[in-house]
Amino acid sequence: MLYLLEQCLNGIQLGMLLFLLAAGLTLIFGIMDLVNLAHGSLYMLGAYFAATFAALTDSFLAAVGLGLLATLVAGMVLEVIAIRPLYGRDHLDHVLGTFGLLLFFNELVRLIWGPAGLTLSLPPEMLTAVQVLPGIYYPLYRLVIILATLAVALLLYALVMRTRIGMLIRAGASNREMAGALGVNIKLLYTLVFGLGAALAGFAGMMQAPLSFVQIGMGENILILAFVVIIIGGIGSIRGAFVAAIMVGIIDTIGRAFLPDLMRHFVSYSAGSSAGPALSSMLIYTLMAAVLVFRPEGLFPAAQR
Amino acid sequence: MADALLEIEGVSKRFGGVIASDAISLTVPKGELHAVIGPNGAGKTTLIAQLAGEITPNAGRIRFDGLDVTALPVDRRSQLGLARSFQITSLFLDFTALDNVALAVQAHAGHSFRFWRNARREPQLRDPARAALARVGLAGRADVIVSKLSHGEHRQLEIAMALATSPRMLLLDEPTAGMGPEESARMVKTLRELKGELTILLIEHDMEAVFALADRITVLVYGRIIASGAPEAIRANAEVREAYLGEQEAAHG
Amino acid sequence: MSVPLTPRNALVAGVIGILALVPIYAAAGGNTFMISLFTRIVILAIAAVSLNLIMGFGGMVSFGHAAYLGIGGYAVGILAKEGVNSGFLQWPLAVAASALFAVTVGALSLRTRGVYFIMITLAFAQMVYYVAIGLDRYGGDDGMTIYKRSQFGGVIDLSNKTAFYYLCLALLLAAIYLVWRLVHSRFGMVIQGARSNERRMRAIGFPTYRYKLLCFVFAGMLCGLAGALLANHTDFISPALMHWTRSGDLIVMAVLGGMGTVFGPVIGALALLVLEEALSGITQYSQIILGPLFLLVVLFARGGIDGLLVGGRHG
Repeated sequence: MLYLLEQCLNGIQLGMLLFLLAAGLTLIFGIMDLVNLAHGSLYMLGAYFAATFAALTDSFLAAVGLGLLATLVAGMVLEVIAIRPLYGRDHLDHVLGTFGLLLFFNELVRLIWGPAGLTLSLPPEMLTAVQVLPGIYYPLYRLVIILATLAVALLLYALVMRTRIGMLIRAGASNREMAGALGVNIKLLYTLVFGLGAALAGFAGMMQAPLSFVQIGMGENILILAFVVIIIGGIGSIRGAFVAAIMVGIIDTIGRAFLPDLMRHFVSYSAGSSAGPALSSMLIYTLMAAVLVFRPEGLFPAAQR
Repeated sequence: MADALLEIEGVSKRFGGVIASDAISLTVPKGELHAVIGPNGAGKTTLIAQLAGEITPNAGRIRFDGLDVTALPVDRRSQLGLARSFQITSLFLDFTALDNVALAVQAHAGHSFRFWRNARREPQLRDPARAALARVGLAGRADVIVSKLSHGEHRQLEIAMALATSPRMLLLDEPTAGMGPEESARMVKTLRELKGELTILLIEHDMEAVFALADRITVLVYGRIIASGAPEAIRANAEVREAYLGEQEAAHG
Repeated sequence: MSVPLTPRNALVAGVIGILALVPIYAAAGGNTFMISLFTRIVILAIAAVSLNLIMGFGGMVSFGHAAYLGIGGYAVGILAKEGVNSGFLQWPLAVAASALFAVTVGALSLRTRGVYFIMITLAFAQMVYYVAIGLDRYGGDDGMTIYKRSQFGGVIDLSNKTAFYYLCLALLLAAIYLVWRLVHSRFGMVIQGARSNERRMRAIGFPTYRYKLLCFVFAGMLCGLAGALLANHTDFISPALMHWTRSGDLIVMAVLGGMGTVFGPVIGALALLVLEEALSGITQYSQIILGPLFLLVVLFARGGIDGLLVGGRHG
């Protein structure tokens, strides 16, 4: 029971990171109609930036702040140089072009930071566990991730729904020509949105970094998970991304934690040991397939498409 | 009605708060050329899309030759002989004109799970396609890539493709849209030749063409039928004049 | 039927000529690496040809095509591990398993279109990748050596490098011929029509879904065969066979050679793999050149090498 609760929280934490990635992807897709495979590279860059700034400043908070800023700028520069010419092209062009960018970033990171990878260590006060329920302790840092991401999600929601920029974003999403006619600087808007998506991805990367390792290609597998989230949630829908991200995070984590054991109990020990890990990794894809059968447009299809 | 080919009964469609089709009922007997007119936004294209099967109505029934087709998908309706042309030209732009029409022939020449013979060398596909091209006056343009054809030729090709599916009824969505007077006249000539041979439901803005061709006319305003009858009756109808024809004449004058 | 001498035909003839002469050249120079490289090129060219069938002709951009390389490869590897070495069993099973996977993925993904299709094919391929990692008995993450190549009862000995190379080349040429027949047949016209304007295809009476699904399955089967060949070539299987970047590589090959031409992917595979080989001789950071190159191809040479030859289909 204890273990289950802990795994649930881990699942939510993974889900929150997935949401950060998926929100950026779906925002960029919804507004610019762009498929961005290099989104995972920004996740990786965020982690590398934070690790580098942490080494320079010796402060985790400063590292995160500077890292966010650096990813935002990197995203905007990337948009102006390489992404802008891809707007209006077909999706195959997007896939191919951003695939090239992804290879480029992986190699660039290897060139700058070396192949070995970095670590981003937490300040000591983060290394404790807190009592979340009577008698149940949970690592403070994971809790911080959940809360911080939740705050970002709320900010994002407020930004899109309540502010002038958000209005422009929604106008751009539903009718780019009209927004252009209204005097909105579409080019600048696109650059900002892409930068925002980059910063979200970078934030996810640097949040995850202390839990694992800062390494080349770290953004790729989680990017594909974020795609699954978007397919389940419905393209272009932030709300759908949020719900689906939590679902995917929890199911994936719980499945990995319990399915092999369950199989050992109910099928056979050897079946559980050998097929358990394989089957549990299939769970979220099975969920995705089920959603596709019943709701090909995802759980929350965006209204304007 | 014994010889009714298309029967529309109380078809309604709403998009959000907008009512695009408001309980439309209409019967087109075999052999008739029936024109549907109305101001922009009257729901004419929505009506055709529901007849062709691209949009499912919220209520009502559509019967084709006695068979309820309301729930059938587009391709099944086409197989039954209900062919449509598009208001905004919808062709295979990277194929030749002949390829376009040959595909339409192929669609109605049995299944296409045939993997070996070169389809471009099959006379049973190419010959009828050439004939359909000739009927709309495009015989000389058969081997031109469609994206290189003129707008008027695209519209003619639309008709040829609909014809090539050997339909029993044509649903034509503004065949003369965007045409100059000369091209328009040629289209009217083509349609006149088809009239009588096929049942046609025609949506058209060009009133001259409508009154020259139609056996009966239905006037649609805000998704609702306000009048339906012979051309003379429509011309004389006060409500129609007020709602639609009047403003047209005013615009012309 | 005479073949006109166009730049494209000259290039095709030249490439086939080079491919046919590789073992002779390699034998003369004692260069076994070269024959190994070209075997790889030929096998991946089969995979790229199969991808081009759905992507170039059918407009279905699959980002999960490497999954079939993995399924075909694992079929051979798993059977070999369990003591079934006959190629007459291994290869048909590799193709059948690929067909089964393609039916499932295709049935689900072809209900959607555009960017959904890309992401779904990618996601399902990733699923197979993780499943392979979970297969502890068959090497898990590290992969597994295949100790005995597929046996064909004395008809052909696959451990003979030259014989194996020529078998792969023959299969490649056969695949190209089959795809060529296919795309010009009635079935192929439907597939190409659906790429060009699916809405219109349905309006003139084609139930496009079933045709596209079958085409998707054909492509999967052909790529599954390539997977079986690849496992025999490397004597090794691992999840890396179907890493998602390999699906990206296959797309690059298809586009680089010129999509929508039957032979294009062969030229694309040759160009990409030779370029990779050459770059890795110069720098250990070859992707830093290749990555931006892909972007440049997208932006300025979308017709691929074929497009450059015939003067740019896409302007």
